[in-house]
Amino acid sequence: MDALMQFVYSGLTVGAVYALVALGFTIIYNASDVVNFAQGEFVMLGGMITVFAFDAGLPLPLAALMAIVATAAIGVALNKFAIEPARGAPVVSLIIITIGASILIRGTAQVIFDKQLHRLPAFSGDDPIHLLGATILPQSLWVIGGAFAIFIGLWLFFTRTLLGKAVLATANNRLAAQLVGINTGFVMTLSFALSAAIGALAGVLVTPVTLVSYDVGVGLALKGFAAAMLGGMGNPKGALVGGLLLGLFEALTAGYISSQYKEAVAFVVILAVLFVMPQGLFGQKTTERV
Amino acid sequence: MKLAQTALATLMVLGTVTAAQADIKLGASLSASGPAAFLGDPEAKTLYMLIEDLNANGGINGEKIELVLYDDGGDPNKARTFATRLVEDDEVVAIIGGSTTGTTMSILSVAEDEGIPFISLAGAIQIIDPVRDYVFKTPHTDRMACEKIFTDMQKNGITKIGMISGTGGFGASMEAQCVDVSGKYGVEILAQETYSRQDADMTPQLTKIKSTEGVQAVLNPGFGQGPAIVTRNYAQLGIDLPLYQSHGVASDSFIELAGKDAAEGVRLPGTALLIADILAADDPQKEAVVAYKSAYEEEYGEAVSTFGGYAHDAFRLMTDAMARAGSSDSSAIRDALEATSSLVGTTGTYTFSPDDHLGLDLSAFRMLEIRDGKWTSID
Repeated sequence: MDALMQFVYSGLTVGAVYALVALGFTIIYNASDVVNFAQGEFVMLGGMITVFAFDAGLPLPLAALMAIVATAAIGVALNKFAIEPARGAPVVSLIIITIGASILIRGTAQVIFDKQLHRLPAFSGDDPIHLLGATILPQSLWVIGGAFAIFIGLWLFFTRTLLGKAVLATANNRLAAQLVGINTGFVMTLSFALSAAIGALAGVLVTPVTLVSYDVGVGLALKGFAAAMLGGMGNPKGALVGGLLLGLFEALTAGYISSQYKEAVAFVVILAVLFVMPQGLFGQKTTERV
Repeated sequence: MKLAQTALATLMVLGTVTAAQADIKLGASLSASGPAAFLGDPEAKTLYMLIEDLNANGGINGEKIELVLYDDGGDPNKARTFATRLVEDDEVVAIIGGSTTGTTMSILSVAEDEGIPFISLAGAIQIIDPVRDYVFKTPHTDRMACEKIFTDMQKNGITKIGMISGTGGFGASMEAQCVDVSGKYGVEILAQETYSRQDADMTPQLTKIKSTEGVQAVLNPGFGQGPAIVTRNYAQLGIDLPLYQSHGVASDSFIELAGKDAAEGVRLPGTALLIADILAADDPQKEAVVAYKSAYEEEYGEAVSTFGGYAHDAFRLMTDAMARAGSSDSSAIRDALEATSSLVGTTGTYTFSPDDHLGLDLSAFRMLEIRDGKWTSID
């Protein structure tokens, strides 16, 4: 029983990291149908900028805020200089552009910052909390809490605000959205800024747990993408549930079967889900009219 | 400083940093960028620093040395291309490099075919076993690290252990070597777990090891972020057994990443470089280690790492052999290299022979323990 609880805590911690990345994916996907593979780089930037600002003597909250604002600006720049000029290109081309952008950001980061691993101090200390016979680090609670907070924020944004609905409308039919007076250019800019900011916030939250270096983005983007696919691309609820489930699969496989098969089992489960429900757990069924 | 580094990196991307009118050309292919950058970056910086220093002091027998350095980004295919280019276009007389075992194996075959002396900076035992005519290396092998660790376990009466290893090249190789050599030291491995490069949490694996009956200590081969997270999770779970790490984490940044409290009591085999400050004044390596450490830290404003030390030793071995060979003929340099005797480096004291191209014994490893966030020697 103690072991089970330990596996669950581990799964939730790791799963919340995946969920945070997956939540970042949802916004840009909702606005443009594009899966932004530079999302992992936003997380990396959030962590790296905070680390360097913090080391330079800034208080942690200010360093984090700076990182979030700077990363959001980079997100906007990505949209302005790479995505917007290619408007009208097929979605696949846009996705390839985001992959290119992620390589560019990673390369630049390794020159501007350095190639070493860095960490931030945990927000509320390193003393493990004993809960139901197992232990969890306070920082894990920050990560899990952060994932839930962003989920609720996004869910409210998309369902309760006019702007959020404008984002969904833009994704659904850009021309129709324009015709009813939605400024689709602004919606795109906003989506990239928001998505980058969420990525950066995720970076700040997870750096004390996972450490950060210029190349952590790729792995995070892959796992976050898998989580988003599992939950249903574009749905905040799906991102959250998909991330947590992926984390739990991995932890339980490592605990009960073998750590050798940890990732394999997680991906087999995802494939199985996608075979049965191709739109993911919470994705909407869509029909294309021919 | 930042600007200088950026300029350096730009030059490295372009391919070469050349000194004017050099007489002897020394080649290098390192992984200064890419996934093994934390190995290649300090190695490249070390070579730049040493070559400048050497030329400022008159070079070798009055002749200046030119360094032709390529960044292979950790890609064995690129390493092979660069090795060929070094030999055919740049006409170097010797090569240093191969930050990883993969890139080393690529360069190695070129060096053997062309008869160019080559000193590798990578760990695997396959590089020098079997012995190849033109291939030497400076770092200890992972097998030696296992032996050093098992010797310490034996001393502490530990016979049953659990292992948690990284799945990367280094972790997997060292895991296999440890399993292979464990019988010789009467150590029984009761649990074998793994983690991949960017895992964020290792508590499930450690919980399994913790609940394995009879485990007396845990050994973690691996490098990068994994071992730091293992160490933190180890403290989180309150596992009350000795934790052994590999020489892959032998740098001050490990203590910083794992956290001072979590790292308390961690044991690992490291080099004298790591404990330069606390080496006894009469230690044979004291002078070499302190000289390199202070020069590097002054030049680059960052802490030395064991890996930069491997490049330092390779450079010293190579230039020493060139000086003794008295000519820039590759086979004369090779012969001089093989005759190297008692050359004191940062990693250990090297004595090569026709059937030993590593030239180090277990005494080159120091058993270290982290106490109060600092390294102490427990030999």
